[in-house]
Amino acid sequence: MFKIVHREEMSDGTVILNEIEALKIARKAKPGQFVILKANETGERIPLTMAETDPEKGTITIIYQVVGKSTALFKTLQVGDGYQDVIGPLGKPTHIQKLGKVVCVGGGTGIAVLHPITRALKEVGNHVICIIGARSKDLLILEDRMKAASHELLVCTDDGSYGHHGFVTDVLKEVLEREKIDQVVAIGPVPMMKFVSKMTKEYNVRTLVSLNPIMVDGTGMCGGCRVTVGGQTKFACVDGPEFDGHQVDYDELMLRLQAYCEDEKQCYEEFCIMDS
Amino acid sequence: MAEEATKTPKREKIPRQPMPEQEPKVRAKNFDEVPFGYSPETAMKEAERCLQCKKPSCVPGCPVGIDIPGFIKLIKEGEFTQSIRKLWEMNSLPAVCGRVCPQEIQCEGLCIVGKKGDPVAIGNLERFAADWERENGTGALPPKADPTGKKVAVVGSGPAGLTVAGDLIAKGHDVTVFEAFHKPGGVLLYGIPEFRLPKEIVAQEVNFLERLGVKVECNQVVGRTITVDELFEEGYDAVFVGVGAGLPTFLNVPGKNLIGIYSANEYLTRSNLMKAYRFPEYDTPIIRGKNVVTLGAGNVAMDSARTALRLGAEKSRIVYRRSRVEVPARSAEVHHAEEEGVEFFFLAAPTKFIGDDKGRVVGMECLKMELGEPDASGRRRPVAIDGSEFELECDLVIVAVGTGANPLLTRSTEGLELNKWGYIQVEEKTNKTTKKGVWAGGDIVTGSATVILAMGAGRIAANSIHDYLTWGW
Repeated sequence: MFKIVHREEMSDGTVILNEIEALKIARKAKPGQFVILKANETGERIPLTMAETDPEKGTITIIYQVVGKSTALFKTLQVGDGYQDVIGPLGKPTHIQKLGKVVCVGGGTGIAVLHPITRALKEVGNHVICIIGARSKDLLILEDRMKAASHELLVCTDDGSYGHHGFVTDVLKEVLEREKIDQVVAIGPVPMMKFVSKMTKEYNVRTLVSLNPIMVDGTGMCGGCRVTVGGQTKFACVDGPEFDGHQVDYDELMLRLQAYCEDEKQCYEEFCIMDS
Repeated sequence: MAEEATKTPKREKIPRQPMPEQEPKVRAKNFDEVPFGYSPETAMKEAERCLQCKKPSCVPGCPVGIDIPGFIKLIKEGEFTQSIRKLWEMNSLPAVCGRVCPQEIQCEGLCIVGKKGDPVAIGNLERFAADWERENGTGALPPKADPTGKKVAVVGSGPAGLTVAGDLIAKGHDVTVFEAFHKPGGVLLYGIPEFRLPKEIVAQEVNFLERLGVKVECNQVVGRTITVDELFEEGYDAVFVGVGAGLPTFLNVPGKNLIGIYSANEYLTRSNLMKAYRFPEYDTPIIRGKNVVTLGAGNVAMDSARTALRLGAEKSRIVYRRSRVEVPARSAEVHHAEEEGVEFFFLAAPTKFIGDDKGRVVGMECLKMELGEPDASGRRRPVAIDGSEFELECDLVIVAVGTGANPLLTRSTEGLELNKWGYIQVEEKTNKTTKKGVWAGGDIVTGSATVILAMGAGRIAANSIHDYLTWGW
């Protein structure tokens, strides 16, 4: 069992942080890599990119949004409980290098994934501007940590309850107009990554995105996570999860993410009835 | 002499004992194992048919060299406990082999009795001995050599890895098996369906090795969680790599990424390992097509098409670009599939998958083929017939056209030479790789093959590893 040693609820309880004992993974993991978690015997294998690792303590941290049965089941796990299985680190680490000025754009729980990458980009000497967004103030996560990890933090909310009123793309446009940017890293909901990439393409700024398609094994065996990048089929688990944002077929990815929506709805509803 | 004279004709009159099995119509709707197995009486009667040849021709046909007349003689005498021990001398996985080996082209294909009639049912007898031990046996373990103090890491818990583990633990080495999935068994678990190889049996075979002292560590992706070089740093003296092939091939035609097009790996893993056939009791979903097409005609394709029936398909069809003669699956598997209602479309290949506005597959366009000259594989190459397009409706497609070499471990290991397809190069007689202290076997060396061939490769490597640990590289 992989024990939970620390747990936080964020975003009105819709986003959960788990710090988990996983010594081997913590010692190996690098920013941008993910793990697969399975709560119990009947559970599903869920891929999540790590938000933090502590090699000394031997722990990894994941931050996830409760969206269906499996994440609702994860939410029931308290400190002292654990996951039956945690596998990783999987995927290729982010290529961290000094480029000059970098903008990190995060939305939703994508901010959690963006955090270690942002910090690493700053540590190697980049000037890092961070743009994070949420639907409203209550749903925004990790503001303080992102502030510490970057030189400049810009916040926006869809409803205007905090920071800039509007989408991350609006703020990004201002930044791109204002100064020359060497690279953008965008992690968040697929539509966000799609529109960020569309915009940065106009400005001709290299853009990295991190994809989280449906996956089973995470080692290149099933091909469930295949995405089209630059007209070629890639497996997010072994070729990614990060890809050139300008080359990704986001529309195909969005459709593929809906593959099990009916099953998931049924499963989640039954779980909610049982849980209440 | 007189006794011999009366006995021989009697033996000749005994027909090969049929394997009792579930009715096709019934079994096509459940995941229970298809054959029921022999009763002790039937097994003893079948064992009677063995000629006990002095120079048996069946044994050279067995990749792990089981003393076939020996274990059969013990069944004939009702010494079932001794019979399984005879099997264990050469085979750590008899319950598996009795079920999934292609005996018709191996031991049974060479059986002298088979020259004039039906060969002795060696596979069914092997299965009987293993099942009898599991259900009625004492649980007593076979003997083991004294500890040597040498540590061996086995990467992958499929048939090759388990064979290496079983062989080396018996020789007194300290063996740890590393498995990437959350449960051990490799292809025996994620690939072969419950109705052909119950997962309880795989678990018990692994448990047998654990009782012998083999340590099994799951959730260890060698190449990611730990590398081969780090295994040596941790004190392992030798490493066996048996990670399987496991990189799925998709057809490069338009629409290949539509929802409802699975690799056979994904489809079978969801159903077998994740138990999606019991959704929503188990959380992993699986698309349940009503009108299913499986592409390819190997054993994996048969498993897929038969799984589809059990998951509620009204139509389960196999589309294969060659003809019936070239079908690579075991004839018994094809027979079982046809009995259950799987239909075959020979000499046809898809040129395009058709999707709806939600990105779900609703059909495929195919071309009819004819057979031309033999290709590199020696099989006649299928050639498309111009203007022969036709459409097939389908709501689920399973692509079972083979696999490639998974680069996850090989890319992270320096000093391992690969061939042009990415499979590991080994020395034939020892299965040594080009990296000191590392052996390899199974599909990551040969490409997709059978369980027993992987076991045979494991046996060769285990012998060589033992020599190395005793005398050096």
